[in-house]
Amino acid sequence: MSAVEFRNIDIVFGADQKGALKLIDEGRTRDEILTATGAVLGAAGVSLAIERGEICVLMGLSGSGKSTILRAINRLNEVARGAVMVEHKGAMIDVARCDEATLRDIRMNTVSMVFQQFGLLPWRTVRDNVGFGLELRGTPATERRRIVDEKLAMVGLTNWAEKYTNELSGGMQQRVGLARAFATDADILLMDEPFSALDPLIRDKLQDELLDLQRRIHKTIVFVSHDLDEALKLGNKIAIMEGGRIVQAGTAEDILLRPANAYVAEFVKHMNPLNVLRGTAVMRPAASLPREGDQVVLDKSGHVRLKVDGEGRPLSLDVDGRAGLLATADGEAGVIDDKLAHEADCIVAPVDLKLKAAIELKRHTDLPILLVDNLGRLAGLCDDDEIYRGLLRRLDG
Amino acid sequence: MYDWLTEHKIPLGIWLRDFVDLLTTHGQSVFDFISLVLGGLIGGFTAALLWVPPLLLIAIFALVAWLVHRSVGLVVFILGALLLVTNLGYWQATMETLSLVFCATFVCVVVGVPIGIAAAHRPWLYTGIRPILDLMQTIPTFVYLIPTLVLFGLGAVPGLISTVIFSIPAPIRLTHLGISSVPPALYEAGKAFGATKTQLLFKVELPHALPTIMAGITQCIMLSLSMVVIAALVGADGLGKPVVRALNSVNIAMGFEAGLAIVVLAIVLDRVCKRPERRSRKG
Repeated sequence: MSAVEFRNIDIVFGADQKGALKLIDEGRTRDEILTATGAVLGAAGVSLAIERGEICVLMGLSGSGKSTILRAINRLNEVARGAVMVEHKGAMIDVARCDEATLRDIRMNTVSMVFQQFGLLPWRTVRDNVGFGLELRGTPATERRRIVDEKLAMVGLTNWAEKYTNELSGGMQQRVGLARAFATDADILLMDEPFSALDPLIRDKLQDELLDLQRRIHKTIVFVSHDLDEALKLGNKIAIMEGGRIVQAGTAEDILLRPANAYVAEFVKHMNPLNVLRGTAVMRPAASLPREGDQVVLDKSGHVRLKVDGEGRPLSLDVDGRAGLLATADGEAGVIDDKLAHEADCIVAPVDLKLKAAIELKRHTDLPILLVDNLGRLAGLCDDDEIYRGLLRRLDG
Repeated sequence: MYDWLTEHKIPLGIWLRDFVDLLTTHGQSVFDFISLVLGGLIGGFTAALLWVPPLLLIAIFALVAWLVHRSVGLVVFILGALLLVTNLGYWQATMETLSLVFCATFVCVVVGVPIGIAAAHRPWLYTGIRPILDLMQTIPTFVYLIPTLVLFGLGAVPGLISTVIFSIPAPIRLTHLGISSVPPALYEAGKAFGATKTQLLFKVELPHALPTIMAGITQCIMLSLSMVVIAALVGADGLGKPVVRALNSVNIAMGFEAGLAIVVLAIVLDRVCKRPERRSRKG
């Protein structure tokens, strides 16, 4: 079940909503609608499902409508047409149509938010800022204190609890913003360019911390960003927006390898694929490899053969008639002991190995890297050729 | 043409007089009631201030100033200033004036701050009351002194009413300013966490506007103080009385002393009311 789902929503800012909707139906652009009706098109025909526990990044240049649709999730922006379904207490509720009491309940318990300019209350201490949401919903003081202390520890600000927010650096202020959003224990977290106001090193650190937190707490996070690097790093799913419309939604690899149109292609042209592409996207699939009985031939001359079992799991390596040494690298980062890697003839790695890790591993060995799936079965090979093609992103050619 | 114009005078003044007459004939009980309440307020407050022995009260003022501001210089100044006023023989008049100023400010805050909040939430309302506020501040005080005198009789109450009319625009304007300058991000933060309208007002808008509202109240106190002489003209007790008496009898000594007492009181109030620099703003 999706945690959040946009069903064909249109958002219009301005008095002449009807006129604008009519022009949207005619497929007019934002500029045409503005001159004709004086209303600003915020979003048009947006449909997107965000699964539970997923980080979905809404990505686009400023004015593309990404924050606009984010704010429709907790109805800071009103939707002119369509439905915004949010999973609230086990049921899907249309936030755009629900009554005030339900909306308030959703805002207090299900959806919380982190703001670009932090949105902290400067007359309150860090502790009272973090407890703001709890205070609004009437949590008793002792329980509030316990929760706030827990969240402050989570973001590493325990020693700063009694400070005022303007005594903190930008990075720390946004940690307060995060702690405040976590404090209500909402399942859905809206993050509106939370790290854009921070300098690059701090931003990188907070991104890592967010990923780390997410591994522990498994929230549904809707994240707005104008930075493609950030989007690719954080997003399980990325939706690219332009002029109030979603032009492509998919995984980082999808977008990098198969841009839906020229706009997206231009966007990703200068992207570094090393941390995005994985073995699955670049490998030569096992099915296409020449076989001789239970052996898979790894090189062109046929001197290197890999013996596999009935399930397709690698058993042993035969290099010119001698038994070769197989070594295993772990995880998407391809962690392996240096000495072992040096001695090995061939390295076995998980199939979701990142391209960057593949290059690292490939330095140790002349033979292709053997990529295996999560059951240990051979899925494909990654040789120099595959790496180069991945870097050039010409996989179909 | 000119003759026609002068011969057909629009009876604006007559209309207003008739309106005041109408009020006195039909609404006298209402005005009597207001007069009674406000008179009781001032009278009670003055009596309370005068009931405490002067030296004890001075010590209390100094203590409060110390607790709020933690400044030795200010405490020494307050002690010196109030002892000087006592020495000159104006203690009672000073307390009467203080009482009038406080009561006027109290009324201004109770009425003005809610009006300011309402105006900040409804732009049309502010557009509507702005000319009235301008009028209240520019129209010569003596002009509305006359009808207030007719409606409320001689004494402290018409003085208080005139003072309120003159000073209330300050808290209204500054409350409006403070509330309408709340950054949109803070509104959004409040709403995103499920704040109701009341919670938004008390947990976001008012705390944000508080420094500005306090500035409005300080201004209101100063404006009220500047009205003491005028209030004395309609019979309000206080430091204005000796000034008026000195003016009528060309008594330079008395005029100077009473004027000095007003100035001293003004400075003391201004320094005490100024918001202490509690939080440093970082750039």
